[in-house]
Amino acid sequence: MDPAALLNRLQFAFTIIYHYIFPQITMGLTLLIFLLKTMVLLTGDETANRAVRFWMKILGITFLMGVGTGIPMEFQFGTNWSRFSALAGGVIGQTLAMEGMFAFFMESAFLYLLLYGEKRLGQLGHWMVSLLVFAGAWLSGYFIVCTNAWMQHPVAYRILPDHRIALTSLSGLLNNPWAIIQYAHVAIGTVITGSFLMACLASFYLLRDKHDEVARKCLALSVVVGFIASCLAAMPTGDLTAKQVYKYQPAAFAAMEGHFHTQDGAGLVVIGQPNMQTMTLDNPIIIPDALSFLTHQRWNAEVIGLTAFPPDQRPDFVPPLYYAYHIMVGLGTIFIAIMGLCILFLVLGKLHKHRGLLWALLLAVPLPFIANTAGWTTAELGRQPWIIYQIMRTSEGYSQNVSTGNIWFSLLGFMGLYLCLSFLYFFLMVQIVRAGPEPAPQPSAKPVEMR
Amino acid sequence: METLWFCLFWGILATFVVSGGTDIGVGILHFFVGRNDQQRRQIIRSIHEVWKPNEVWLVVIGGTMFLAFPALVAESLSGFYLAIMLVLWLLIGRGLGIDLRDRIVDPMWSQLWDVAFWLCSVLLAVCLGAALGNFVRGVPLDETGSVFFEGFWTNFELGSNTGILDWFTILVGITTVIALAHHGALWLNHFTDGPVQERSARLLHRLWLTLVVVLGVCVLLSTILQPQVRINLVAHPWGIILPLAAGAMMYWCRSLRQRGRTLQAYLASGLSLYAILASTAFGLYPYVLPARIPEHGLTAFKAAAPYDSLKLGLCWWIPGALLVACYFAYVYSKMPSKFPLDVEE
Repeated sequence: MDPAALLNRLQFAFTIIYHYIFPQITMGLTLLIFLLKTMVLLTGDETANRAVRFWMKILGITFLMGVGTGIPMEFQFGTNWSRFSALAGGVIGQTLAMEGMFAFFMESAFLYLLLYGEKRLGQLGHWMVSLLVFAGAWLSGYFIVCTNAWMQHPVAYRILPDHRIALTSLSGLLNNPWAIIQYAHVAIGTVITGSFLMACLASFYLLRDKHDEVARKCLALSVVVGFIASCLAAMPTGDLTAKQVYKYQPAAFAAMEGHFHTQDGAGLVVIGQPNMQTMTLDNPIIIPDALSFLTHQRWNAEVIGLTAFPPDQRPDFVPPLYYAYHIMVGLGTIFIAIMGLCILFLVLGKLHKHRGLLWALLLAVPLPFIANTAGWTTAELGRQPWIIYQIMRTSEGYSQNVSTGNIWFSLLGFMGLYLCLSFLYFFLMVQIVRAGPEPAPQPSAKPVEMR
Repeated sequence: METLWFCLFWGILATFVVSGGTDIGVGILHFFVGRNDQQRRQIIRSIHEVWKPNEVWLVVIGGTMFLAFPALVAESLSGFYLAIMLVLWLLIGRGLGIDLRDRIVDPMWSQLWDVAFWLCSVLLAVCLGAALGNFVRGVPLDETGSVFFEGFWTNFELGSNTGILDWFTILVGITTVIALAHHGALWLNHFTDGPVQERSARLLHRLWLTLVVVLGVCVLLSTILQPQVRINLVAHPWGIILPLAAGAMMYWCRSLRQRGRTLQAYLASGLSLYAILASTAFGLYPYVLPARIPEHGLTAFKAAAPYDSLKLGLCWWIPGALLVACYFAYVYSKMPSKFPLDVEE
């Protein structure tokens, strides 16, 4: 393949994967913080309020990282993908500008008040602000997913004689059916990340016998929310997303399922390594007829295989696409299992003492990040070789006037800078976790650790 | 329609310069007016609430440019590839500096972020100024008007093969540093007290004089270098109002400051920045990206998105901008009227 195209893709992939570590935390946490704050408002629960103040600190740092690494994303459309931008700017510029205008301003304007304004605003005002930050973060996500969805499944457009793409309907763009399903799946994914992160730190404190009250509150909330989200990620959002991919991007669907040849009663691949020389799977474990059932609700229905498409219409990296999808699905199943067990013990009132499960929650924290990244990798590799599905090829989209040497310069620069950011973020997180939530107010004479 | 978007684009660009320029200017002055930890903490506190919303303008500028003038995004962002990357990294460094400095109380930690904040602010001002200089001077577009690429520098001369930095754009860069430092000093003059305020007030006098001189030189050079400025002035003589207004605002800013009306002086400085950028926009119209050889330049009409996109964009853009104005009013109204030197937090 064209090395320049590959290098541009590499830089975009690297910067967006790194960036997406942070928004998934922000989106997940803003929901959880809003729920905690709602508890405070309804019951006057001071423990929940202490939890809110603790999680706000983590949200603040994470949001900062998200902004810092997010601004380069928007500008890279122009710097690295100028031919794509010149043709599609009239459409995707809309949602990108809307994100700034309607969501990002709201989020950034009220975040400071959420972090530092509790005394100034009072409890009701603080709750309002937590709602606005939550809404801003989630709205921001919708506009970005909407942009991506248009590239996956272009709607509401018209191609002009000079090949530029004009938008024909604003509501068409915002109500893109692909965007709604994709967003539901993406948003649920961020809630899983937020829940696991909260559960991880709560478990950490419980295992060390520290900050007991706050930790138990956080554990209960995160396990309940995490269990619901894990289920919703599979059914209905995951299922709907897969059906949508089968309907609109059948080649991508075949590649991600590892389904090479069209057949009636297609099996669902659980494990196996795609062999691109023979177009078969090595060491497969397959559930017979299950893929047909999942796509058509009939056990013997025909499912189109990858070889049915001409080579230049197939995704160009089939094995990574296949693995990304299977990793996501596999981890998703594990999430349901872990959270299911946890919720069982929570109902029995034993979760906070069950060291095995607490250890599991503590160690599971990287998994939702991997699952979310794998999910996006599936979407992006699956769309290939198109940058706008069936309209423009990725190899036609990058900036021709930027030499590969200059892209190496920026790619290495981003890698170096983001490496430093990682250390910094980790260091700050350790600081916050070590400091822990503020102790309970004095009347409860005993120190929190003793209880 | 294209002209309207041209105005809106320059309008939000100027809004970013006026609002975001304040905290960049404060950053430039960081070491000059803040001589110890307590004073520097006061400086950071004075912009901590507003820098993030201010910076979001950049996202909106990017998005608006994208939706209204996709060809401009394609040409200029890829053409200035290296400079854009540098700006993006500087923005990250600066944001970290502001937000992290006081998270941990430790002399080494705050030193690190003080330097990051100051250095990134200075370089950012130079970069933004140099970018403006490039737009005024024109970039090496060829006769098809399609592709150009500028390295950081070539020989610093205004040949046909210029880099981003030549003597003219460096001059505009320095002017920007001074202009934003002046603007930032007015902010500190109003919102702080004690030694920081006193030093800002003392600096303001010299900054103002220097600014008037270098700005005058820049205006003169721009008029000579960019023929479109003269063409537009001849065709629409009323345009002379804009630079005159800028001059009047600058003068007014000084007299308000001398009368001790610090907030009004800051606002007048903001208006003068608006007027300066409006003059620039007026001088360059209809070019969104002028070329070294004038007729190869990219005009608003050539760069604009399809008409439908422009029309639909307008439907939400205007209400959106009003909404943002409300957020801004809210955030700024929630701000304390003074950030005193001594606070216990």
